[in-house]
Amino acid sequence: MSTAAAALTDHFEIANRTFHSRLIIGTGKYRSFDEMKAAHRASGAEMVTVAVRRVPLDRSSESFLDHLDPSLQILPNTAGCYSAEEAVRTARLAREALNTEWIKLEVIGDQTTLFPDNEQTLEAARVLVKEGFIVLPYFTDDLIMAKKLLDAGCPAVMPLAAPIGSGLGVQNPTNLRIMREQLPDARIIVDAGVGTASDAAIAMELGADAVLMNTAIAEASDAARMAQAMKLAIEAGRLAYLSGRMPRRLYASASSPTSGVVR
Amino acid sequence: MRVQVNGEVREVSDQLKLSELVSELSLTPERVAIELNKRVVRRNQWAATMLADGDRIEIVHFVGGGGRQWAEGRRQ
Repeated sequence: MSTAAAALTDHFEIANRTFHSRLIIGTGKYRSFDEMKAAHRASGAEMVTVAVRRVPLDRSSESFLDHLDPSLQILPNTAGCYSAEEAVRTARLAREALNTEWIKLEVIGDQTTLFPDNEQTLEAARVLVKEGFIVLPYFTDDLIMAKKLLDAGCPAVMPLAAPIGSGLGVQNPTNLRIMREQLPDARIIVDAGVGTASDAAIAMELGADAVLMNTAIAEASDAARMAQAMKLAIEAGRLAYLSGRMPRRLYASASSPTSGVVR
Repeated sequence: MRVQVNGEVREVSDQLKLSELVSELSLTPERVAIELNKRVVRRNQWAATMLADGDRIEIVHFVGGGGRQWAEGRRQ
């Protein structure tokens, strides 16, 4: 199969939906709506995340959703929630407002690091799955937690690469490799902490099904260009993963024959 | 009577429907979701929902997000 054909058929599924793009991006922190739209276009992403917030009552506010390309699937998140209860309430409101069952579940445990509270995340996931939500939970890259979330009925899991907005890239590649090996059929989407294109490529080379990012694109000097870089990096990383890389060696291994050299 | 809307106490008339509150606040119904005393009230129920003294109402909409943008206007 030609490379182009392989790229076209390389898709993945979550719940009942097929995705051809393995890049999911956020909508926060852009300098302007135009910049956001340009970045979304350049990224090739098919799904974007949005947050749920109180409507300001003292002034009129335009609808944020009006600024999004209508072909994008909107994935509401529970960003800002610090308990399972808050997350569940937020998810229910998001479902009502968007008429979607999909929810990206975030339950944060700490303000400085924005690390997830895995325990509360699991509790919220269980409640939401029972209520018919399609739950995509954000959590630390912990295999045992991944198994519990999948067993609870989450169709995908989203381990972090590094703290949200840190741009540090994958901090624990070993964990992700192990997770992929131990959960070969699971949908694993690396979420949070990606900073530049190589980070995204590495996540895909480790076997992730997709990567979710926001800050890496929104805070780049040229967001649309970085979005394009991410798109390419994810394709490259995916191809490399599918190609079965060569083994790492401690010592050299000559590429050319060792005999017959002029002396 | 007094109700709480998005964390703020508000003086409203005694016989007020949720749909009327939405109009009073000049909100576009299709763009918001509402929770009354921690329960989501579906849009088609707003006109049939009478508010009571002490009710806690949360009215939300969507904003850009996906990362650190959590600090402002976080729901309680």
